[in-house]
Amino acid sequence: MTLIHLRRLEAEAIHVIREVVATFSNPVVLYSIGKDSSVLLHLAMKAFYPAKPPFPFLHVDTKWKFREMIEFRDRMPRELGFDLLVHVNQDGVDQGMGPFTHGSNVHTHVMKTMGLRQALEKYGFTAALAGARRDEEKSRAKERIFSIRSLQHGWDPTRQRPEMWKTYNTRVGQGETMRIFPLSNWTEFDIWQYILREEIPIVSLYFAARRPVVKRDGMLIMVDDERMPIQPDEKVLEQQVRFRTLGCYPLTGAVESEAATVPDILREMLTVRTSERQSRLIDTDEVGAMEKKKREGYF
Amino acid sequence: MSYVQSIPPHDIEAHLAQHDHKSILRFFTCGSVDDGKSTLIGRLLYDAKLIFEDQLANLGRVGSPGAANGKEIDLALLLDGLEAEREQGITIDVAYRYITTSKRKFIVADTPGHEEYTRNMVTGASTADLAIILIDSRQGILQQTRRHSYIASLLGIRHVVLAVNKIDLVGFQQQVYEEIVADYMVFAKELGFASIRPIPISARDGDNVISASANTPWYRGAALLEYLEAVELDPMDQAKPFRFPVQMVMRPNADFRGYAGQIASGRISVGDPVVVAKSGQRTSVKAIVNYDGELATAGEGEAVTLVLADEVDASRGNMLVAPGARPFVADQFQAHVIWFDSSPMLPGRSYILRTETDSVSAMVTALKHQVNINSCIREAAKSLQMNEVGVCNISTQAPIAFDAYTDNRATGNFIIVDRVTNATVGAGLIDFPLRRADNVHWHALEVNKSARSALKNQLPAVLWFTGLSGSGKSTIANELDRILHAQGKHAYLLDGDNVRHGLNRDLGFTEEDRVENIRRVAEVAKLMADAGLIVLVSFISPFRDERRMARELMDEGEFIEIFVDTPLDECARRDPKGLYEKALAGRIANFTGVSSPYEAPENPELHIRTVGQEPSDLALAIEEFLERRMESK
Repeated sequence: MTLIHLRRLEAEAIHVIREVVATFSNPVVLYSIGKDSSVLLHLAMKAFYPAKPPFPFLHVDTKWKFREMIEFRDRMPRELGFDLLVHVNQDGVDQGMGPFTHGSNVHTHVMKTMGLRQALEKYGFTAALAGARRDEEKSRAKERIFSIRSLQHGWDPTRQRPEMWKTYNTRVGQGETMRIFPLSNWTEFDIWQYILREEIPIVSLYFAARRPVVKRDGMLIMVDDERMPIQPDEKVLEQQVRFRTLGCYPLTGAVESEAATVPDILREMLTVRTSERQSRLIDTDEVGAMEKKKREGYF
Repeated sequence: MSYVQSIPPHDIEAHLAQHDHKSILRFFTCGSVDDGKSTLIGRLLYDAKLIFEDQLANLGRVGSPGAANGKEIDLALLLDGLEAEREQGITIDVAYRYITTSKRKFIVADTPGHEEYTRNMVTGASTADLAIILIDSRQGILQQTRRHSYIASLLGIRHVVLAVNKIDLVGFQQQVYEEIVADYMVFAKELGFASIRPIPISARDGDNVISASANTPWYRGAALLEYLEAVELDPMDQAKPFRFPVQMVMRPNADFRGYAGQIASGRISVGDPVVVAKSGQRTSVKAIVNYDGELATAGEGEAVTLVLADEVDASRGNMLVAPGARPFVADQFQAHVIWFDSSPMLPGRSYILRTETDSVSAMVTALKHQVNINSCIREAAKSLQMNEVGVCNISTQAPIAFDAYTDNRATGNFIIVDRVTNATVGAGLIDFPLRRADNVHWHALEVNKSARSALKNQLPAVLWFTGLSGSGKSTIANELDRILHAQGKHAYLLDGDNVRHGLNRDLGFTEEDRVENIRRVAEVAKLMADAGLIVLVSFISPFRDERRMARELMDEGEFIEIFVDTPLDECARRDPKGLYEKALAGRIANFTGVSSPYEAPENPELHIRTVGQEPSDLALAIEEFLERRMESK
């Protein structure tokens, strides 16, 4: 009997997560509340059973996430029993940082990238696990499972370590940290299939519902709170939409969809002709956008 | 990633079950630069309709001087995800792509062709089942073709597709194709592949990529994708003996003790006997635990936690194995090593050797020969340069458990890590253990100064602080000692006063005794430097000759003279020990600067003026000097 596909991906991820705990003194999981984070959380619960995961989860809150995400975030640790840390870049808040006033690039850099760096330094984390996948974006397709970061948290794609077999080099120098991506070899389809099979709870924004949206720059932006300025020529419409990925609400486009359950989503995926990151503004705000952000310490 | 089916099936569950049971083929592309590796994978993705519309549209966004061929889409740009790659029009690092067709799933590694990126090619090849070796029809077999074929065979790749590419550029001539295939078959005979399947293709135009091309009527075999969907995979490692490298011991409470890991090969069932590889202790499996409940049995690839019937000593790095077919346990073995680093592999240097879960100090005791990759001929060598392959005897500080790589890829591999930079500098494939009689034991090996200091991640040095009494030598040296210690460096401070209380307590302050004082402390410093330490010597050492004698005792560049320069009246003003007062009153004979001369250094490595400076700042300046010295080495 051969190990079926999802079991193999699951085993690989659990092996990687355990490897981090076995070799790093102070690891953390970056928890972004999205579907990949939910899968990663589930795998972490599995990896150390019957014990709980021996590391905390960290959410870097940009203060512009969907309200439903924050409710979900505050509920999950109680239900599953894990430690959640929340970090906000207070400097950014003091400056009144936001995507509408400062643009997506500056907002993401200050609230997300800088916020993350602050949090890693504050708690002295030596290794950070995250749910990024290689099929998301082509600079991610180049990244190792164990990816070393400099003192300044930068990623240098030309100096990546060779990574052979399952024999990982987990050594870092003073001040350097490691980013680890246990879901590297998963596709978006694998993620949904696994969520279905394992009945993993996810934020309801992934399911189609009638939501207030505004069409802007070719994207459907949901009006999630009163901070969203509505231009005179714009109209707020109630539309049946869902989200393929979740980030800051002003930077994340909705897609028109009728898919209200996980099987519906999987069925929809069999016909869809665009990638999930099409709805992410920060990927395309400049050429080579993702690689640049990663070099600066973004995930 | 999207999927080929255009009509959603009614029964999604049944579809998913079928989807989940498809076999996975992991393959990688290799060949020389510009043979069209990235273009081929781009073509596969494109023709199989596996590229999303926004990704295609994005190709228009990424400007590339290499993509200037009119309106055609440069398919390689789908893969070359790094800016440097798009700028240079080459692949630098391996990209992974995931393809699902109606028949099979594929994990594709697009690996670079440039020799200097061999490490990235090895990364892609280490986990693959099959290699697609591309050849440019106009060029035939090149050095890189041979090199990649050799490395693929070394890494245990059993199946090869020989993609004779750019066949359109030679007018689809059968003869050209057949000559290349014949040449390759002759060359590859030595490499022991289980199968070699040649296919004439044009990656740019799609001939024979996903379906048969009308341009090559003389070719009757399967198109590339058809072949990849159908090629028989080697059976999994379930038939091999049970191997379970212990990743960690789980002890959430006093009642539970489990060994977590991923089964490297074989199967295990509750009640089966197992042996701890390194100690030979025997026990049996009491339970196979995972989150979804206890399992009766588990096989290769599964990540489980085993509970054993007896208390045994098995921590991370050990292996639980089948009693009837045990792995080797040895501290000496022969291995093939592929070297990745720009500084060469040197026999005798201490490295860290890492297997899947074990990590030990190791050194190469003998480089038996290097393999000339172009001719597969053995050549004598003293060191391995970047991208070279050699056969070595390796000695580890403690025994490790392993199999021969040809028997088991998971338990027969290791990586070599540099102690100072932590870089992965080499990859190893174990051939066999060495018999004790042939061995040079680890402890009998020459452990020299560079081995000792490398272990400490530092360069040995003798920092010789000279200057008048009260000039601040000891204060600065103490500060520096604290800084070095905080950085995890191994340093030791030899202070004049302290040494005079012990080793040199029989010496006075006459000129002869002062010379002997310096001679002794210089010899001690030399021994300490030989032990790999950073030695701080704080001695007035007033005479040039003695300082020169000390310098000459040490290795080139190891003696660092630091002139702590404080004017006499300032020293007398500070007078920390009240000595100047006594000396000036004539109550101390032979007091340096007062009644005995001080010969200031002419060319000290560092000249430090202390007036108006904080000792801690001066210590930091010296530390920075040491750092630069380390970097320039």
